[in-house]
Amino acid sequence: MSLPARVGTLIVAFLAVAAGIAFLVVNYLLASPSTVAFGAGVAPDSGRVVNVVMQEDPQNTVSTHPDWVSYFIQDPTTHQWLHTTLFSVPAGTRVHMTIFGYDGCTPLRNNFWSKVSGTIGGVAFEDGTPVSKINSWDGCNVGHTFSIPSLDVNVPMGSPGLTATLCSTSPCTSGPHKTMTFSFLAPRTAGDYFWQCRVPCGGGFIDGFGGPMQTFGFMTGNMVVVS
Amino acid sequence: MAAATTGEGFQPQAGGPNHGLRIFLIWLPIAVAADLLLYIVYGPHMPPGRMSTSAASQQFDIKIMSVLAAPVMAFVLVYAGYALIVWRHRSGDNEDGPPIHGHARIQATWITISAVIVLFLAGFGTYELASPGFAGAGAGEGPSAIWRPTGTELQVQVIAQQWRFTYRYPQFGGFETTALVLPLGKPVQFNVTSLDVIHSFWAYQLGVKADANPGVNNIAFTTPTQTGLVTVRCAELCGLWHGAMFDYGRVVSVARFVAWATTTERRLASVTAILPPYATSYDPTVIPQLNKALIKGGITGANGFYYPPNDPAQP
Repeated sequence: MSLPARVGTLIVAFLAVAAGIAFLVVNYLLASPSTVAFGAGVAPDSGRVVNVVMQEDPQNTVSTHPDWVSYFIQDPTTHQWLHTTLFSVPAGTRVHMTIFGYDGCTPLRNNFWSKVSGTIGGVAFEDGTPVSKINSWDGCNVGHTFSIPSLDVNVPMGSPGLTATLCSTSPCTSGPHKTMTFSFLAPRTAGDYFWQCRVPCGGGFIDGFGGPMQTFGFMTGNMVVVS
Repeated sequence: MAAATTGEGFQPQAGGPNHGLRIFLIWLPIAVAADLLLYIVYGPHMPPGRMSTSAASQQFDIKIMSVLAAPVMAFVLVYAGYALIVWRHRSGDNEDGPPIHGHARIQATWITISAVIVLFLAGFGTYELASPGFAGAGAGEGPSAIWRPTGTELQVQVIAQQWRFTYRYPQFGGFETTALVLPLGKPVQFNVTSLDVIHSFWAYQLGVKADANPGVNNIAFTTPTQTGLVTVRCAELCGLWHGAMFDYGRVVSVARFVAWATTTERRLASVTAILPPYATSYDPTVIPQLNKALIKGGITGANGFYYPPNDPAQP
């Protein structure tokens, strides 16, 4: 092989390796779902209400993991459902959550998390009915939870029931579901407050807590409090 | 080379300085001062503090280790400094030093001191491990504790789960809470377990660190001796939010603890009613309420049990 050919081969090989590394960095290390900003125009520490709308689905057909359970967040401006679990709210506001529960049921491994905590009034509303707990061991009652451990917020999500024909294309726009509403106070300290689901719903992963349970855009995320 | 390392080691040459004595006289006050500072001044502030019996034991151990190590460090530094100053290479001195091979007294001293240190540490370590009051202090002793503190222990079950600790108090109706509250001066038996992966319950100021394994009860004892806040962290990498798996416990007076426990027992009665009967470890497959719920709800898919890697499919 001539000298120019050898140099050319080396350059091509180097570029191929560099491109591979760049692909890995961009797609796996730097990739992150977008953060949906709520409360535009709401001043921090104003105590005003910020409405956050989410849904949890039995699948995520808009991702590369269509069989993973997933939350979605509704963009407050366009009202489109976004494949993300990151959202921001102004500090010191009253966050009013509406979560549509489209997924079926799975009993909590620790039924302690059937209890509603950290919300204003210590209750959540399941299809408008106030509840202080939803016993996940009393039938097909609970699909998931929405929990922010550092704020002691924990709300079990009602399930449409075992016999319901669940929505099969996400984000769901129709089909049987429960509507959970509740409010809590956003902290006055800016920062990231992670949230998670406590139901072992990561099917196909050991103990049910892998896969979607530990991946942004599915069953865990951050509430970014901005000041 | 300077004539310090002669065949007689530190022995002075005829008419020369006694380097060994010089080094000893420099080292001695430094070592004594370092030990006094470490033991008296810094010692009471060494981690993990003295908030419990087990923490105080650990602090004492660390103090002793520091007091033993400081003179060694001082000797190394003094020797190195002395060598750089006194035995440095001088212009025109290209002579190699005489070998010290065959110096019986140095060899005997070295072997004797090494043997004494190793045998002392072996005996001391064995005593620490085997004696009541020391063995496994704070480290978790597995399901069968080889020693117990005197007196009636407060039972506290530590339940680790991704990514939060909860605590059950079986002597107060078995309520479960996210708050760790302990009474001052009372022995506590932690029963540490996990509901999913391996965690580690690390109550830093109490000097307690015990692995939390699913299906296993790991016992650790302590007796809080000061009121205040206790930092609780997971000390075993356990998943995405491992770094956020911490909370703060409190040690309060006995009266305040009893008031808190009875109030909390009453407040959480409706939640306690839907918990499984208290057990020192947790196996979801044998919890009667959960199995009844599966039958009642007709649930055959995701059932909250411990899943194998490829199961279950989502319902």
